[in-house]
Amino acid sequence: MKEISPKAMEKIEALIKRYPVKRSALLEVLHIVQQEWGYIDQEGEETVAEILDLEPVRVHEVVSFYTMYERKPVGKHIIRVCRNLTCTLMGAESLISYLKRKLKVDEGGTTSDGRFTLQTVECLGACEIAPVMQVDGEFYGNLTPEKIDRILEEMK
Amino acid sequence: MSLVITPWFGKVSIDDYIKAGGYQGARKALSMSPEEVIEEVKKSNLRGRGGAGFPTGLKWSFVPKESTKPKYLCVNADEGEPGTFKDKYIIKEAPHLLIEGVIIASWAVGINTAFVYIRGEYGKFALLLERAIEEAYEKGFLGKNIFGKDFSLDLFVHRGAGAYVCGEETALIESLEGKRGNPRIRPPFPATMGLYNCPTVVNNVETLANLPAIITKGGEWFASLGVEKSGGTKLFAVSGHVKKPGIYELPMGTSLKTLIYEYAGGIRENRRLKGVIPGGSSSPILKPEEIDIPLDYDSLMKAGSMLGSGAVIVLDETTCMAKVLQVITRFYAHESCGQCTPCRQGTPWMAKIAERIVAGRGRDGDLDLLVDIARSMMGKTICPLADAAAMPVIAICEKYRDELEEHIREKRCPVERE
Ligand SMILES: Cc1cc2nc3c(=O)[nH]c(=O)nc-3n(C[C@H](O)[C@H](O)[C@H](O)COP(=O)(O)O)c2cc1C
Ligand code: SF4
Ligand code: FES
Repeated sequence: MKEISPKAMEKIEALIKRYPVKRSALLEVLHIVQQEWGYIDQEGEETVAEILDLEPVRVHEVVSFYTMYERKPVGKHIIRVCRNLTCTLMGAESLISYLKRKLKVDEGGTTSDGRFTLQTVECLGACEIAPVMQVDGEFYGNLTPEKIDRILEEMK
Repeated sequence: MSLVITPWFGKVSIDDYIKAGGYQGARKALSMSPEEVIEEVKKSNLRGRGGAGFPTGLKWSFVPKESTKPKYLCVNADEGEPGTFKDKYIIKEAPHLLIEGVIIASWAVGINTAFVYIRGEYGKFALLLERAIEEAYEKGFLGKNIFGKDFSLDLFVHRGAGAYVCGEETALIESLEGKRGNPRIRPPFPATMGLYNCPTVVNNVETLANLPAIITKGGEWFASLGVEKSGGTKLFAVSGHVKKPGIYELPMGTSLKTLIYEYAGGIRENRRLKGVIPGGSSSPILKPEEIDIPLDYDSLMKAGSMLGSGAVIVLDETTCMAKVLQVITRFYAHESCGQCTPCRQGTPWMAKIAERIVAGRGRDGDLDLLVDIARSMMGKTICPLADAAAMPVIAICEKYRDELEEHIREKRCPVERE
């Protein structure tokens, strides 16, 4: 059985106290567990279910509903490129093709060296700097192929 | 020009915010009775900035005054409507303006616990907001006996995890309860049966950020900034083919044309305008000859569109309208929660048709089919996501019919691209 670090467990316990109903902490607890393990598989769902006194199916239906939960191993860095309207107007399609070629992966795929996972996502709320991608939660805008090269180069 | 929100941008720390006059609205509100605060907000003609434009004071007055159950405030920071990025600026540039608004709303309605539901992709801004909330607790503006009054308020940040539909208020509540974001059937409305089946107010970030000024300067002052039934200013998030995309705060009733050409710098490379989506991707598109229109809820409604979230997406002459249809329909198909048949089946069907038109495999009659599917989805579902998907499709098919027909006939894009 995988372990949750004492520090994460402490955070989880503090979180649960904020809500009058324990189950409310579910989305936040899943974020913490995902940060610990990188993804949430069946074992992860069962662990979280136990912490929150829920049926595992209650956790499963939530994990599968929200797009930010990873259900299988992902690369060290997650690249989320926006494919919504403003980004498309500003050239997102050719950037997505560029990233696929550069990383030799399809949407949702992970590079063979395990460094990057490439995902396409809907509007990231950063249309003023379209086209946009997020890498590990950080925003990068006004993208060009050259800029993408530089950003990914710096990620070890 | 009198502005309400953007003058606070950059006053991120609580000390800077207080030095500039911050928290005086909350202090004053707590010296008034809750009824007086609600009255002032009604006078201000403040309407919900989340998209629907519902009068805020009126919404609060639906919450029962006496309640044996606790009441809750949910701050809607889900900001998922494509093109929208205004609430992000409030959270990162003036988090205390939001916190002060939360205190005022909570006092007015009699709420002791509030949650900010923020989209998961805004993780770094959630941390900023949590830091600001800590500062407010340290000063005694949150917690027990705020401003020495017999009034306590706790405020927590709750992250979503990637689902547009969770911006819909009842889906937001379900999500906050640790469930899938499936919208609830109304009635009952959240005002009487919301979070944990308790009376609940759901308000957008920008709505709440207007409250400090309404209390310090008065409801009438705020109302006078705008037009008849839409008080105050509005944050417009302009993106797409303009020279200066970004956030612009302007009085309600400002012309859309002025916003695009005077504030956002006009169209990039001085190209010709092709269309404007005035209020996020759910709002029906306007053609160039329709943009000399006052930006307020009623004027846009009259023009067959919506002010929505105030997200203005500008399209120049190089834009392929079939592509626009494809991106919009794909989005709603991706985001439908699947509870209602018209939405679950209609959204992917529209996406499939739009996709084949783009790919040069469009068929005779596809445009009529799209409009028929869209019409059959409207007004028949649990939440308005189905309408939000249908309205832009109908508008694009009707207003750009010639181009789309040519795209289908020629089996390729008729718009010359560089
Ligand atoms: C599909 C859908 C998505 C929505 N997304 C948001 C959102 O991201 N942010 C928001 O404030 N309101 C959103 N709304 C509107 C909310 O349901 C609700 O009207 C709003 O939060 C009320 O706050 P207000 O009165 O202050 O505007 C959405 C509505 C629908 C139908
Ligand atoms: S309209 Fe669509 S998103 Fe809304 S409840 Fe029905 S299926 Fe879900
Ligand atoms: S459309 Fe890409 S960030 Fe909004």
